[in-house]
Amino acid sequence: MSGSLDHSDKGQTAPDLSIQMALSSDQALEIVLENVLCFLSSRHDRNAASLVCKSWYRAEALTRSELFIGNCYSVSPQRVTQRFRQVRSVSIKGKPRFSDFSLLPRNWGAYFATWLVSMVDVYRGLEKVYLKRMCITDDDLAFLAHNFPALKDIVLVCCEGFGTSGLAFVASECRNIRVLDLIDCDVSDDDEDWISWFPESSTSLESLTFDCVESPINFEALERLVIRSPSLKKLCLNEYITIGQLYRLMVRAPQLTHLGTGSFSPSELVVHGEQEPDYAAAFAACKSLICLSGFKEIVPDHLAALNPVCANLVTLNFSYAHINAEQLKSVISRCVKLKSLWVLDSITDEGLQAVAATCKDLLELRVFPTDAADDADGPVTEVGLLAISVGCRKLRSVLYFCQRMTNTAVTAMSKNCPDLEVFRLCIIGLHRPDPVTGEAMDEGFGAIVKNCKKLTRLAVSGLLTDKAFCYIGQYGKLLRTLSVAFAGDSDLGLRYVLKGCPMLRKLEIRDSPFGDLALHSGLHHYYNMRFLWMSSCRVTHKACEQIARQLPRLVVEMISKDEDKEETSEYVETLYMYRSLEGPRADAPGFVRIL
Amino acid sequence: MESDLNFKATELRLGLPGRDECEETVKSTPKNNKRASSESNIRSEIASSATETHPAPKAQIVGWPPVRSYRKKHSESEPGIYVKVSMDGAPYLRKIDLKIYDGYSQLLQALENMFKLSIGDYSEREGYKGSEYSPAYEDKDGDLMLVGDVPWDMFKSSCKKLRIMKGSEAKGLGFCA
Repeated sequence: MSGSLDHSDKGQTAPDLSIQMALSSDQALEIVLENVLCFLSSRHDRNAASLVCKSWYRAEALTRSELFIGNCYSVSPQRVTQRFRQVRSVSIKGKPRFSDFSLLPRNWGAYFATWLVSMVDVYRGLEKVYLKRMCITDDDLAFLAHNFPALKDIVLVCCEGFGTSGLAFVASECRNIRVLDLIDCDVSDDDEDWISWFPESSTSLESLTFDCVESPINFEALERLVIRSPSLKKLCLNEYITIGQLYRLMVRAPQLTHLGTGSFSPSELVVHGEQEPDYAAAFAACKSLICLSGFKEIVPDHLAALNPVCANLVTLNFSYAHINAEQLKSVISRCVKLKSLWVLDSITDEGLQAVAATCKDLLELRVFPTDAADDADGPVTEVGLLAISVGCRKLRSVLYFCQRMTNTAVTAMSKNCPDLEVFRLCIIGLHRPDPVTGEAMDEGFGAIVKNCKKLTRLAVSGLLTDKAFCYIGQYGKLLRTLSVAFAGDSDLGLRYVLKGCPMLRKLEIRDSPFGDLALHSGLHHYYNMRFLWMSSCRVTHKACEQIARQLPRLVVEMISKDEDKEETSEYVETLYMYRSLEGPRADAPGFVRIL
Repeated sequence: MESDLNFKATELRLGLPGRDECEETVKSTPKNNKRASSESNIRSEIASSATETHPAPKAQIVGWPPVRSYRKKHSESEPGIYVKVSMDGAPYLRKIDLKIYDGYSQLLQALENMFKLSIGDYSEREGYKGSEYSPAYEDKDGDLMLVGDVPWDMFKSSCKKLRIMKGSEAKGLGFCA
């Protein structure tokens, strides 16, 4: 503790120990402060504390152990590592969310390497790394594994740039690895048997998630790893693991709480006459299982094996399972404790009705589309949404893809589910009106922002006029994230939102007729936001330049698809702007112009 | 008399039965004169206003619907129809996906390649003449049928298991209707 104090006692010569130990009141206060601030965990509280005065700022900086960087370009690694010296856990988010949908060209940025370089000398005790939408290479993973001996948890979400070679480095060099979770990452197949690289002495594994790794796994090595990991609680397998192999692993790890079942399908070669294992018994033996996912190539015959665990399930991810209503019913009818359900729309409205009938405690529902094509009809409609709203009153988060939706159903949900915090409705058909009334979807979304008083995240779709945005600006006082696509009539729409939503932090808009006037109307607010994304809208280069001049702490990026393309269009293809302490980044590629 | 027997329905041929009779469905898409602006909007406008009587060509819009690419990979392919295939006398079963075949001749070709044998020609009256083996299948009701007895689509939806039987044993199967 004494090493971290700024004041040093210079010129102390008194032989008396008690006088030598005497501290000024300032120093005493700082020690007390540091001891107290240790208990502050929320970064929002810590940010507030750091603003009180200089000594609180210092004390807070020295005691913050968890670092959260919401936008990797908002602050430089050097600045961060100079201020916070005792960090054990780092969370960094990189690319904007629309990069998930191929709207951001490759090699845009968000490289983890620059962070590693700064952290290596200062954060020797780093235990936990969480990265989302960052670019990490195999070399980065090797560097990480080699230079941070205390590393225990690595969680990579929607990251890319590495392959199985990088994973091999992690497996072999992170001696204390406890959590290795790869979620929705793009992992290249370097033909490296990375699972075999976990040393025999590695027995501390608690969570291993690799369902996004699209390459075959050395099953024998995996089985041995599972056998020697008594603390393993979460295991999420990829689609190369057959149901027979799943069985063998489950038998070895009945203590699992989270299981990603891999393909959930038999392999092609089956020994003639061989008895199929008792899958249901394996599930029954896993008495702590509360979370199921996987089912990537499900053969519905095996659904019955899940029966023993359904009653205890809290989370069920069927979003890769092409099952129909009947097949879903056989499982969901037992899932009385379910809080989170992800499904494919192949279950149809009938399947959703079954969910509504049983899952009274449901907090989160996501319905994904089987067929991405624009169709007049789809398997789930307003009927399903209405049924859910009636049966699942406690819902907090909804993501619903469909081909048709009515204002009535959306309004009903706004009234039946007052606890909604996240409402994301994606009507796949562009500019699709209410099929019953022929009207725009304004009233439905209006009801959502009006009645759901806790709403913080909203995604809109379908035919929407400026009126919808007027409602959002009027009622969306707690709204933090808004996603807009193919909506609105004029600048007024965006103006309503920028003027009316004081809590807005993330705004992503595509293919909507919002232009310069709208952009200007948000000047008062952009410093309070993490970012604004506008692609295929009607914003001109001039307007962007003006914004950049008026707000020097804002980085204004104009991103085009091609590097060499002449700026023929008067409108900016993609505008991505964010607040930053650093100014324009040095690693921008040729197709990005920073003002 | 001829019309009662409905030869056409049981005709063994390549391609989906009923193709001659299928009608194009008319889709109506909402008209939208207000949406001008961006390229992708224009693309979709062209798609929707193309004609009122023919189904609109499905316009490909980048990043729409907003589903992550790995999810699209899984979703777009329809689920397979996996059935086990056993051959009398062979120790191992194989598993095949019926979805990938367009008709009986492709399926039989695949089976011949898989098991290194020849199956011979199918006729309604005599089954698989001139071959050592006959392909049979177990349907939804548990009945053993000869492959080729029913139209391809019906076969795909009712076949539970395939069994390549020795020619002599398959004799009685040719007349299940």
